[in-house]
Amino acid sequence: MAEWRQTRYVYGEALVEAGRLNPRVAVLDADLYKSTRTVLFREAFPERFVDIGIAEMDMVSTAAGMAATGMIPFANSFAIFITAHCYDQIRIQICYPGLHVILAGSSAGLTQGPDGASHQSLEDIALMRALPKMQVLVPADGIETRAMTLAAANELSGPIYLRLGRYPVPDILDPSYRYQLGKAAILREGKDVALIACGHMVYPALQAAERLAAEGIQALVVNMSTIKPLDREIILQALGVCALVVTAEEHSIIGGLGSAVAEVMAEEGAAVRLVRLGTRDVFGESATADELLAKHGLTAEGISQAVRNSLRARP
Amino acid sequence: MRIENVKALQRLAWELRLDIVRMMGPNKAHHFGGSLSAADLVTAIYFHALRYDPQNPRWPERDRFVMSKGHCVPAQYAALARLGVFPREELPTLKTLGSRLQGHPAAHLLPGIEACTGSLGQGLSFANGIALAGRMQGLAFRVYCLLGDGETQEGQVWEAARTTVRQCLTNVIGVIDCNGLKAMDTSYCGAEIPALAEKWRAFGWRVREIDGHDMAQICAALDWAIEEHPQPAMIIARTVKGKGVPFIENEPDYHNAALTQEQIDRAIHALQMQMAHMEEA
Repeated sequence: MAEWRQTRYVYGEALVEAGRLNPRVAVLDADLYKSTRTVLFREAFPERFVDIGIAEMDMVSTAAGMAATGMIPFANSFAIFITAHCYDQIRIQICYPGLHVILAGSSAGLTQGPDGASHQSLEDIALMRALPKMQVLVPADGIETRAMTLAAANELSGPIYLRLGRYPVPDILDPSYRYQLGKAAILREGKDVALIACGHMVYPALQAAERLAAEGIQALVVNMSTIKPLDREIILQALGVCALVVTAEEHSIIGGLGSAVAEVMAEEGAAVRLVRLGTRDVFGESATADELLAKHGLTAEGISQAVRNSLRARP
Repeated sequence: MRIENVKALQRLAWELRLDIVRMMGPNKAHHFGGSLSAADLVTAIYFHALRYDPQNPRWPERDRFVMSKGHCVPAQYAALARLGVFPREELPTLKTLGSRLQGHPAAHLLPGIEACTGSLGQGLSFANGIALAGRMQGLAFRVYCLLGDGETQEGQVWEAARTTVRQCLTNVIGVIDCNGLKAMDTSYCGAEIPALAEKWRAFGWRVREIDGHDMAQICAALDWAIEEHPQPAMIIARTVKGKGVPFIENEPDYHNAALTQEQIDRAIHALQMQMAHMEEA
């Protein structure tokens, strides 16, 4: 039985591991360290931890200064605050010079839950993807979260946005998994529909594939865990096999995974239908995570239904 | 660099002003006003205060200078070129296609530039980050940050002001080029001007107010700022926007403006006259 974990919890543990492996790793937080789980790093390496206080812009610019001076800073807050609230700072002080700062956006998406629209980040992927040099990483499970955190500290360079969640997901990937930037993975082969998902949506996509298989529909499932740089090859591969592509993300369909896939398909002149699942140009609201996912069709059943409808509607 | 001779520093400051006006040249909008008001401060920081090896601008233990009011980077370009960090012949490429001398500082393009700024209000936070990283690595250097008085209207400046104190970053030294003007208007109404020092004191900084065109006062303040003290130091330097070019001085319209060739010639002449006057004094 796979272990169910919230990616933010795994991240908190992996950060301590990264700090142990690399003395240049430092962590900044903006008064959310128990929630972002950087509290573990704070306990392990107090001399390399800075709680800036409730000042995300200051935190991000401070992280940039640290990166310019030999440290590898991980700056932490809720996903919406560390992206939207500090966009100008990220753009000019981190991305423009290409500094190696990791922005970890915690509690991303609808599954942030009861706090409502102000705290539910549904635009962060779009915002980060638009910035030159920024790399956008969205782990599907705990195993990938750890792999990405360690890679961000030790293997990658330049600006990185790491999107984390507070919704339990089962471990999908093999424990031996190693993260490679820009390399997506086919988790399940199929020929009728390609389900391209990221983050929390990878597991329901796999569940949907199971359901559809029982109905005679063979779904190919892709874990698109790097939104930027995007793995074009794997999309082309899917287009070569399937006559329908469905993207699923816990994010707006504007500017996120669905948009990124659409751009590739349009540029390739693919005569394949695309259905984008996500929030449709609306804000979130207070409710439980499961209620919100169901409302926006971001469940195994929601994905399955979208596939059935699209295949049925096809001439 | 460590020049103690006040007259030598004054001479350098006038030379920097000439470099600024010449690199900007005619018929193109440039930030004349703020670059000229900051010239004495930038001169004193680079040639009196900074522990810096122009041959090795990435020396890990160097003192850093962060130009938070990034639009005044021509003053910094002039100083770096005078130090020999890059060739002076490159100065006239300012803001032309392919130049390393961007309209606002680009740290990844030009050695000697420490931070990308230009969006106001962010430099002091960056300076704090440099200081924190230095502490974490056991490096003993100082970080100088030059802000504009108008820039302190940005809220992030006060986030950073708090962080400097809260993190005990006493090796961060702030300097405000208090020329009293912004892009459109005066920085503060009369009632606010004295409060600037009080604001910094209230945030836990020690403050010294000086005449930002009196080189002896500037050097004395920079020496005061590195004295052992539990509080970080902020130097509030009263300056004249456009200092040295009479028809630009205190004219908000020359915050970012194009001069004609005739005006450039007049500006250079005015600067040369004042330089000669300084030499005679």
